[in-house]
Amino acid sequence: MNKPASAADLAALRARLMAERQPGCKTVKVCTGSACRSADALEVAQALSREVARAELPVAVEHTGCQGLCQLGPLVTVQPEGTFYGHVVPFDASKIVDLTVKRGQFVSHLACPHPETGRPVRSADDLPFYSSQTRLVLRYCGMIDPMRIEDYIEAGGYEALARVLQEMSPEDVIAGVKRSRLRGRGGAGFPTGQKWEGARKAKGRRKFVICNADEGDPGAFMDRALLEGDPHAVLEGMIICAYAVGNCREGFVYVREEYPLAVQTVGTAIEQARAMGLLGENILGSGLDFDIEIRRGAGAFICGESTALMFSIEGKRGMPRVTPPRSVESGLWGCPTCLNNVETFANIPLIINRGADWYVTHGTSGSKGTKVFALSGKVRYTGLIEVSMGISTRQVVFDIGGGIEGGKRFKAAQIGGPGGGCVPEEHLDLPIDFESLDAIGSAMGSGALVVVDETICMVDFARYFLQFTQQESCGQCPPCRIGTYQMLRILERIVEGKGNEGDLERLEDLGRLISETSLCGLGKVAPRPVLSTLRFFRSEYMSHIFEKRCPTGSCSALKRLVIGPDCSQCGLCAEVCPQHAVIEKQDGFTIDQVICDNCAACVTACPMECILEDTGEGEPNERNSADHPDH
Amino acid sequence: MGSERHTSVDEHTRSILVPHIGRQGAFVDALHDVQQAFGYLPEQALRVLADELKLPLSQVWGVASFYDQFYSVPRGRNIVRVCTGTACQVRGCQAVLQRMESVMDLKNGETSADRAFTLETVNCVGCCGLAPVVVINKKVVPNRDVERVIRDLSKGDEGDE
Repeated sequence: MNKPASAADLAALRARLMAERQPGCKTVKVCTGSACRSADALEVAQALSREVARAELPVAVEHTGCQGLCQLGPLVTVQPEGTFYGHVVPFDASKIVDLTVKRGQFVSHLACPHPETGRPVRSADDLPFYSSQTRLVLRYCGMIDPMRIEDYIEAGGYEALARVLQEMSPEDVIAGVKRSRLRGRGGAGFPTGQKWEGARKAKGRRKFVICNADEGDPGAFMDRALLEGDPHAVLEGMIICAYAVGNCREGFVYVREEYPLAVQTVGTAIEQARAMGLLGENILGSGLDFDIEIRRGAGAFICGESTALMFSIEGKRGMPRVTPPRSVESGLWGCPTCLNNVETFANIPLIINRGADWYVTHGTSGSKGTKVFALSGKVRYTGLIEVSMGISTRQVVFDIGGGIEGGKRFKAAQIGGPGGGCVPEEHLDLPIDFESLDAIGSAMGSGALVVVDETICMVDFARYFLQFTQQESCGQCPPCRIGTYQMLRILERIVEGKGNEGDLERLEDLGRLISETSLCGLGKVAPRPVLSTLRFFRSEYMSHIFEKRCPTGSCSALKRLVIGPDCSQCGLCAEVCPQHAVIEKQDGFTIDQVICDNCAACVTACPMECILEDTGEGEPNERNSADHPDH
Repeated sequence: MGSERHTSVDEHTRSILVPHIGRQGAFVDALHDVQQAFGYLPEQALRVLADELKLPLSQVWGVASFYDQFYSVPRGRNIVRVCTGTACQVRGCQAVLQRMESVMDLKNGETSADRAFTLETVNCVGCCGLAPVVVINKKVVPNRDVERVIRDLSKGDEGDE
């Protein structure tokens, strides 16, 4: 294939690619994102290719990036009808090829059931999981083969770049991005246009563009899915940014080492873009020279912080520095640097193609556009979703996520990972946008949305996040290094049942102090999960401290074993108890709570299964009646 | 013996570093490549690296020890990493870790005496849809398949020797 030397060449190439595709030609699209891949999607794709070859059909079996509904993976879509199958195994390949591909029939037992009716649905759009979403940034993710630049070009890719280079001045581009009111998707929500303008105005003969793909928030996989599913959209955004910023010949994509598939996909995308002349010298004959390199992280969460990330690229310890000077003035190697998140860059081609006026019709007054979330935790349907800003948490959890798995009760949605906070039941109708989340002490963060049900102890959940940030603190500034450690110590004491009066006030004071005095963003947001759960679930903390019990019964140190009313007085529990904590009294056996160390030997020994966990709430036998065969 | 081993480490490291010399900020990438070759970062390799890239050894060690994914001690031929991301936490990764510890007879962070396996945790691999997951040699394995994969690996490992 010839290198397109101009925008017109690129358009001609697209026209040719579209003409080559026969109308009505069937394709089988197999999701090979990381989640489906680990459920053997590659074997499914192989089996499908074999079956297609055996049937001698002119049908392509394509590998795509994440199609979204990870819970039901591996996913297979047969186009153009859009027949959608979930949990496909290699054994199903012959049926899909013989019935669906060849005869256009629908194999109902391979289809996903509708969450309400239980009936198998034919197309993905019939599932509320998809129909409640607004997929703009993810428009090609799961549709095209990320390893083939031709697919992206055919779908309209690099059209925005061509238009920018041909028709727009850098100032026009920046004005457009400013008018779209796009805010950075990495968490802080800084206006992207303003950042680009800052980088353009900064004086420097050498400037850099960096894509932050160091997605370290546990529970977040939006950036990974985008890089694995539609890498060229990110590259296109970066090239447009380089043009807008000016004097910029080099860009970097900083990817987590934990995402080997993303590294590979982006690497291939960069090579293909180079081969097409879309990276390198004189891009599309415009005189713009720009190239992109991948840099791998090495397992440091803090490197997601922009200044730390730049030090890491420079080959130093990834420790944040004091700002100002801001990175747009003095960033990588002291040069003006424009750093944006993966999703932010992926928004850019969309804004250029459809226009800022169209873009602002999505979202709320302060937060425009859409947001990609990684929906996980205790919902029925986990996966990658994209919604308009301003959608309610209820819609995300119950419409898209299908509600809580196992018929349990919703407790909270933790948004924004270790730097975010929770949205409790009373705020389920709160719109998801930057301002609303901020107002209740939560945060948009990068887009991790983890749903927790009634079985999760919020104190332990907060401890989990703090343990994470404490471990990942770079140790440079004392508020973060020592403060988070002290907070963690208090939380550990509380979940062990050793909490004291005044601990909650100490946690709040420390939290505020750390937020106000830490050097970088990590420290500033580290106390948030604790402060947020303290705000909405204070009674749970109180139970741990004053009653020494965990309302959910999940803190093992606070579990109490008691003998239920079905006891047959056989005495086996007393025999097996290594601590001699089972004491025989006149009215039967009891467990001495002071001596008992919760080893549960008696639970195993009891033939009547009547040794129960008491969480202090109601009668123990009532609470556990569901698990108890005799009731 | 000792000096001979050093020489081979020296030569090997030098050959790995060739593409990195003169590249601005190639240091972390170079560490990745050295670790790829040896499975960890041998002290001697770091000395050579400092020498070749004209950096003080203290700086090299400072960077190598800063990042979690660089290891200064030899690791197992097979790496088993239990994901402890939020979604996995909510769906019971602590129980998975405990089971792995008993199945593999290793504590979190340990390497078996025959260096067949290392057991450790990782902060989210982004497969939250399948939580809880375990990563075995870069492949994400859903919880239900983990013990089978480890059994297969143990057999394969014995076959190799």
